[in-house]
Amino acid sequence: MSDRIFGVVGMLLALGYVLAALAIEESFLSDAVGPKAFPLIIAAILGLSSAVIAFRPDPEPKWPALGRLVEIGAAIVVMILYAELLPVAGFVIATAFAAAYLAWRLGSALLEAVFVGIGTSIGIYVIFHLVLGLSLARGPWGF
Amino acid sequence: METLANLGDGFAIALTWQNLLLALLGCFLGTIMGALPGLGPSNGVAILIPLAFTLGLGATPSLILLTSVYYGAMYGGRISSILLNIPGDEPAMMTCLDGHPMAKKGMAGEALSLSGVASFVGAFFATWGLILLAPQLVKIALLFGPAEYFALFALAFMTLGGVSSTNQAKSAFAAALGLGLATIGVDTQTGVPRFTFGEVHLYDGLDFLVAIVGLFALSEVFIFLEHRHGGSDAEGRKMEIGKLYPPISMLKQCMPTMLRTSFLGFLAGVLPGAGASLGSFISYSMEKRLVDKKGTFGTGDPRGVAAPEAGNNAAAGGALVPMLALGVPGSGTTAVLLAVLLALNITPGPLLFTQNPDVVWGLIAALFIANFMLLAMNIPMVGLFTRVLMIPSRVLMPIVAMVSFVGIYGISGSTFDLLVMIGFGVMGWVLRKLDVPLVPIILGTLLGNAMENNLRRAVTIDNGNWLTLIDSPLAITLWAIAIIGFILPLVIGARVKSGMHVRRDEEGSISD
Repeated sequence: MSDRIFGVVGMLLALGYVLAALAIEESFLSDAVGPKAFPLIIAAILGLSSAVIAFRPDPEPKWPALGRLVEIGAAIVVMILYAELLPVAGFVIATAFAAAYLAWRLGSALLEAVFVGIGTSIGIYVIFHLVLGLSLARGPWGF
Repeated sequence: METLANLGDGFAIALTWQNLLLALLGCFLGTIMGALPGLGPSNGVAILIPLAFTLGLGATPSLILLTSVYYGAMYGGRISSILLNIPGDEPAMMTCLDGHPMAKKGMAGEALSLSGVASFVGAFFATWGLILLAPQLVKIALLFGPAEYFALFALAFMTLGGVSSTNQAKSAFAAALGLGLATIGVDTQTGVPRFTFGEVHLYDGLDFLVAIVGLFALSEVFIFLEHRHGGSDAEGRKMEIGKLYPPISMLKQCMPTMLRTSFLGFLAGVLPGAGASLGSFISYSMEKRLVDKKGTFGTGDPRGVAAPEAGNNAAAGGALVPMLALGVPGSGTTAVLLAVLLALNITPGPLLFTQNPDVVWGLIAALFIANFMLLAMNIPMVGLFTRVLMIPSRVLMPIVAMVSFVGIYGISGSTFDLLVMIGFGVMGWVLRKLDVPLVPIILGTLLGNAMENNLRRAVTIDNGNWLTLIDSPLAITLWAIAIIGFILPLVIGARVKSGMHVRRDEEGSISD
């Protein structure tokens, strides 16, 4: 079933891609092929392979239980928050929280998770920023 | 003779303190990454690219660092295969078969050092193979016009699909997806924006480094979260190493095996799309058929340890040949290395050898040096790396995730890129669940623009005649190989792959 859904999604993707490709405005100065042809070829392959996947599905993959999916969803949310808050809160604080969260969800005890979070954050800050001179996000406190 | 002179120049470049230090660092990090299950050569190199990039390293030093990681990972993978019966990375899968039984017999130290020697032999001969074969390939590649290049790219995708997945349709899908992603951004020939949907950040196209780190490194974090696999695989197991040097008689017994499998592995590596996993697999299978008269393979035969290790290290060197000489990588990790070159504005291919000989020969010389460093690291100091296996993944994976974020943020300083990377991470996770190979996607995003430009150039030169693509004998040959490479696995591939899977099932613990 997963492969059938995947195949249909792939075909829809190909269709959307074709529509977007046809909407490309061509410049008056164009080569013999133009900017549309290659995307259309790709779309054909995309659609064809999706159709094959839908009609000849592989055995069902093992999807995680709902609880684990929620877990992954939560991690994605945390990562997005991390990306958005990085310039606001500064590198060290944002990273400590994000790393501690991941460590906690991977099964660390709370204290260990806090320790991993702070350790990762400060470790990366020292190695990448102080030693190697990589510019990291600066928060209101300058780190 | 000219080759030797070039090689001498290469050594002059590689033997600076900075480059030696980078090679040493790369070997060390690579061995660790290879040893840790969950980090392999391709995602190991991927998370280090931003580092090399932001350090402001030039092309030669970055390549030295990253190929040392690549070679190191090939060495490191065997450690957890032998001690824990869990391959540290995919090519080390075959090493479990005889390596772990040897460790059970109390010969872990012998198995580790023997496989270290086998890795060295494989990598050493493969580097020579690279020196001898790459310039010949360059001579052929110089005859290529745009039409031939287009055919060559198609060949790379079609053969890669044949080997990397059990389902050809899914690898075709992956390749098309990657190529499609590459078309996002302003069209290089006419200057019109394509698939940008008015988003200014997309005018430059998607940064392939973002895609690589997301697909390879971040999706691994999701896999671990899914299984909540937070412990270390080494927990609660005794890891006795014992004697660290193999008896001379064992080395003698294994030497013919190593030489044969080095050659075979190198060939497997050169073939587009094959890579190290296939190299170690066919090496083991051939040796089993050839020398296993008493049926000792699988019960801790030293030759069964030497064969896959020599094979996968030789394949790693072999895979560099098409990457450097043609600009078409043959495996996942060489695709990542190609991304490094492209990010540094160096176009691999025949012209690389004439325009940037310092890069090529400096790299080759560094590979020789790195190989000796790895031998030294991996035999007397192997105990150090076995400790690394005790790091639980609940500590390791947050670090991997954060280093990925830092690297991407360090390059662009943009939140948008981080969000795109998370998107690729999620996509990578879903596609891995659906058994869609990720390497063709990467290859597609990397080669998409070059492929399209060559297509358009070829057709434009011939005034819009599309038949020009199959006009020259060279192009026809390439297309023929491509088609055979796509169809043949449908016939034979099933058999080879079922062999690989049967083995996996027998060794229940290997497949997660």
